[in-house]
Amino acid sequence: MSDHTADATFDHTVTSLAAALQNGDASSRELTTDYLKRIERAEPTLNSFISVTAEQALAAADDADQARADGCAGFLTGVPISLKDIFCTQGVKTTCGSKMLDNFIAPYNATVVDKLAAAGCISLGKTNMDEFAMGSSNETSYYGAVKNPWDSAAVPGGSSGGSAAAVAAGLTPASMGSDTGGSIRQPAAFCGVTGLKPTYGRVSRYGIIAYASSLDQAGPMARTAEDCAHLLGAIAGHDLRDSTSATRGVPDYAAELDAPLAGLKIGLPREYFGDGLDPAVASAVREAVKVYESLGATVRDVSLPHTRYATSAYYVIAPAEASSNLARFDGVRFGHRCEHPEDLIDLYQRSRAEGFGEEVKRRILIGTHTLSEGFFDAYYTKAQKVRRLIRQDFLDAFDQVDVLMGPTSPTPAFDLGAQKDPVSMYLQDIYTIAVNLAGIPGISVPAGMVDGRPVGLQILGSHFAEARLLNVAHRFQQTTDWHQQRPAFAKEIA
Amino acid sequence: MALEQTHVRRAAQLARLDLSDAQALSFVDDLNRILEMVDQLQSVETDDVAPLMHPLDATQRLRADGVTEGNERERFQRLAPATEDGLYLVPRVVE
Repeated sequence: MSDHTADATFDHTVTSLAAALQNGDASSRELTTDYLKRIERAEPTLNSFISVTAEQALAAADDADQARADGCAGFLTGVPISLKDIFCTQGVKTTCGSKMLDNFIAPYNATVVDKLAAAGCISLGKTNMDEFAMGSSNETSYYGAVKNPWDSAAVPGGSSGGSAAAVAAGLTPASMGSDTGGSIRQPAAFCGVTGLKPTYGRVSRYGIIAYASSLDQAGPMARTAEDCAHLLGAIAGHDLRDSTSATRGVPDYAAELDAPLAGLKIGLPREYFGDGLDPAVASAVREAVKVYESLGATVRDVSLPHTRYATSAYYVIAPAEASSNLARFDGVRFGHRCEHPEDLIDLYQRSRAEGFGEEVKRRILIGTHTLSEGFFDAYYTKAQKVRRLIRQDFLDAFDQVDVLMGPTSPTPAFDLGAQKDPVSMYLQDIYTIAVNLAGIPGISVPAGMVDGRPVGLQILGSHFAEARLLNVAHRFQQTTDWHQQRPAFAKEIA
Repeated sequence: MALEQTHVRRAAQLARLDLSDAQALSFVDDLNRILEMVDQLQSVETDDVAPLMHPLDATQRLRADGVTEGNERERFQRLAPATEDGLYLVPRVVE
């Protein structure tokens, strides 16, 4: 691969790169160098990275090549990846897309970062994101909007939009994202890549800058479900440093990818095909479901009756948790500090006013209001009760079917600047939000194109059913080629 | 109940967030539309429903109340804007 890797890397997957490394067709240094060159060529257009850590990446690549020469390489040893800038990385700027953390060098690694390094992955850098993961379009980043590689007029989705765009453009074969209300799945859908939100607690949240602690979950974004299986295997597992991480063992996700689908029972939630769904997206999703029927699955309608309340419950619970989590950014403990404060209160208030962007302020204010005296029960307690009903809907559905399928997002990627009203923007996550409230896993796979922009099929499973979801997604990708479609931009920067 | 500018100002004060009059006014409209959406929750019957605080309905695990981390003061202080004699220096706020 050495002479033509610059042309070839964009079309590779984690799995094919791992094979190339194992066969001696490429070294990690060669691959890393090629991806770094691609990033350099693409970034003036895409803006998908906040930090590129070339020096560290090349040093780690040399270590990986040495480990392979010494006979102690694992499957992922030497494979380049990238990380959403929400993961603390020791010695590297970790901004969470905010001016508040523009000068923050994390003193430690998130557990996900440590686990990927232990597996031998090479971090190319930190990808752009909505500020503190608050957004559905990647337009709220302090570092500017990311462009969708399929169409530079379109958003890449949010909040892991930088990760999704970078994978779609072939700047990295995979990237780690985080998903609080759809922030892995929706940008994966908008950019035509595969994104997995695992069960809450399946992956440690230690060292991931918190947005809403009972909803946040890290997961892989890559070109294929097979790649996601390998990456999930590397990052999943109990962590003593995160008391909410699950204690159950980690299965071999890659081993179950090829299981047959005959007898699979698929539920189509009727609430996911109602008003507001773009007919072309609905059509693409129904075509994808037909593929599953041809593979031996059966399909039935199911109901998730409380779906219509999910967005409302989310926009009480998530801002409430955010207002608490973001209290630490006060210019003293963490974050930007204002100049010449008059007193301590002035220091807090101006530091926070200068450091946070509009969307973050909006969510802090709504969260603080709903948690304040006189409003707590009417909003927060009520939302947590509705959350239980939403979760119960899913549990009832999984008594009848193995997986649920529907669109990831009601529309393909919208234009930059098109969504000016915050409520309209919030409703973009209508099919993904309930999944976080219930804590179940979900995956988005490319399943069609509408006017040159990708469409995502969302597949949901019961708690800890990631192996089944990856199997179901993988079999679809063995039968269709939507995941192999590449934006022209990816080839232009070869 | 519709939110007024005084509610936004109160929330901003609780959140230690400095807002100009113009900003507070613009947030009134945004927050009212968000609360209008959120108010749909009131139509759900939840009298016999317990709040769900953890998506797996799990309780918080506790650990023994013992020291588990070493002293890394020097490493952490290397990242601080200003330190002196092992202490963090912050702006003077009391004259």
